[in-house]
Amino acid sequence: MEHKIEASTSNIMPAQFARSLYYDMARIRQFENRVVTLVDDNEIAGVCHEYSGQEAVAVGICGALTTSDIVTSTHRGHGHTLAKGGDVGRMFAELLARTGGYNKGRGGSMHIADVGIGIFGANGIVGAGAPIACGAAHKFKAARENRVAVSFFGDGAINQGVLHEAMNLAAIWDLPVIFVCENNQYAISTPLKEVTILDPYVRAQSYGMPGVCVDGMDVEAVYHAALTATERARTGKGPTFIECQTYRYFGHYTGERHMKMNYRSQEEVDRWKLRDPIKIWAARMMESGLCAQEDIEAIDAEVNIEIDRGVEFARSSPPPNPAEALDCMYAVPYPNTPAWGVEP
Amino acid sequence: MRQLRFLQAMNEAYHQAMGADESVMIIGEDIRGGIRGETKGLHGAFGDLRVLDTPISEAAFTGFATGAALAGLRPIVQFQVPSLIYVAFDQLVNQAAKMRLMLGGQANLPITYTLMVSGSRGGNAGQHSDNPYPYLLHAGFKVVCPSNAYDAKGLMIQAIREDDPVVFIASAMSLPQKGPVPEEIYAVPFGCGDVKREGSDVTVIAIGHLVPEALAVAERLAQEKNISVEVWDPRSLLPLDREGLLKSVKKTGRVVIYDDTNRTCGFAAELSAIIGELAFSSLKAPIKRVTRADVPMPFNLALEAAVLPKPQQLEDAILAVRSYAHV
Repeated sequence: MEHKIEASTSNIMPAQFARSLYYDMARIRQFENRVVTLVDDNEIAGVCHEYSGQEAVAVGICGALTTSDIVTSTHRGHGHTLAKGGDVGRMFAELLARTGGYNKGRGGSMHIADVGIGIFGANGIVGAGAPIACGAAHKFKAARENRVAVSFFGDGAINQGVLHEAMNLAAIWDLPVIFVCENNQYAISTPLKEVTILDPYVRAQSYGMPGVCVDGMDVEAVYHAALTATERARTGKGPTFIECQTYRYFGHYTGERHMKMNYRSQEEVDRWKLRDPIKIWAARMMESGLCAQEDIEAIDAEVNIEIDRGVEFARSSPPPNPAEALDCMYAVPYPNTPAWGVEP
Repeated sequence: MRQLRFLQAMNEAYHQAMGADESVMIIGEDIRGGIRGETKGLHGAFGDLRVLDTPISEAAFTGFATGAALAGLRPIVQFQVPSLIYVAFDQLVNQAAKMRLMLGGQANLPITYTLMVSGSRGGNAGQHSDNPYPYLLHAGFKVVCPSNAYDAKGLMIQAIREDDPVVFIASAMSLPQKGPVPEEIYAVPFGCGDVKREGSDVTVIAIGHLVPEALAVAERLAQEKNISVEVWDPRSLLPLDREGLLKSVKKTGRVVIYDDTNRTCGFAAELSAIIGELAFSSLKAPIKRVTRADVPMPFNLALEAAVLPKPQQLEDAILAVRSYAHV
């Protein structure tokens, strides 16, 4: 049941879908590049955890999902919401803390989420989304809805207790859940190999669910693993664990560039970049005759315009009114509940 | 009217709420078995998909309810001992309590957390005797703490109907108490305190299982010392019925708070602050708090009694504020 699977190239994919995978990855890459600029220019406050390098994971997994499927996202979550179909303008607006943002400026980078397209929260606590995905999956199963819940988490979550509790619940109740471990090799600066004996996907065996390990730099491999997992989930057979071997190009967060951290060698970073998910996919599409160089360039240009427009939208969106700082806490507020810090 | 125990009133509320709305489900440990009776008959009536027995995984089943709520269900999460919430604290405090604001109001979280056998029961020692509502109030949960069977049923129905996370405190000492309970489904609204006994000399604000104790002390003082004590029960701690609270305080000008949570940053501390800020000019004496001491519950029964707030302490406090005069 448990096996490592190699990058898959044998399946024939419609050209339009192949290009959409490229488009989605290019969108994340350009989005994150712009995020770095906006952070440097102090237009974005706080910290951002860029998804660059891991695009094939979000896009490959979400490529196998429908709009009504849901995901729980992480602190490194921009890629998940974008891959699920999030709007670039509303994403930037959230990062700029504006009312036009998905969370009306109440969430920011770490909690950016569009519930309408099935993002059930982006979590600043490692592993915390896993049981949330299980609860949503239970509803889908109980209501006989043909929907799937995906929980994204990093290799850092693999030793977090609640993830294991959640995997157990999903397994005993055959829940339509896919556990996606984005193994980018480091929990901030701690190498996975120093804190874990076996590979993450092996843990799935303990819960009696299939555990697979795929090349997370290969969008096609991730997509096919996700398809198998969603089919299993949709036919009532229960959860799957997918480990995606990947790498983040930037530091743990934007500010890390300015700190002299040396937990990764430049040689290691360069080696992973040789297997860039976007370049690999562009090359493979061209080799297979799914598109030409001009098509790639056209998509890149289209994304560039979308990013520019998104930033423009964000900048024009008004900031929230401080008098409304307590809004959104409750669906049903009461007098003095929530209370201000000073009696009005 | 028909008399039910607090526990039976909870059971009836569960049955009626689940019967009225098929999105209501219940999850926790030993729910089907019904180790005390409050979940009796639920599994037979509503089946496996709405009555879920979990492994010992408090964090996971708490997060599970959050996900189920986001997907459109109205989960009841039952903790068989209140101190189990500490195992699930991230899922409660960082997730459920913060999620709506962090999402900018995109989703509601209609979840009811039932904390069974809250407080001390005699000899249950340090990890099974807590009344953890101050932590939950601090985190922003709506919290109800009914003191009798009627309020238990009505507040449970309202908790399940409320579109926000609500904590229902089921005090251990209240569970066997009997009282009149209507058969039909009814809700006790949040933010509405209740004058459980009218009086004019001193206001006693009592919480949960301490309300019957306060009523007994008030009765004795009326008969033995001709002191008229008003007993005010907030019923929901958040939202708090400030208007009702201040009305009673302004009437008597003398206040004793009787609460079984820690003295430091306990619920009595918050009530004292509110009264001090908003009714200072009405006060004829300093507020007195009769609370639990600031230590984990010791096992020995005499030590336990020394840590818990007691009727004698309440009586002494009432007499002290009653006779207090500015020098």
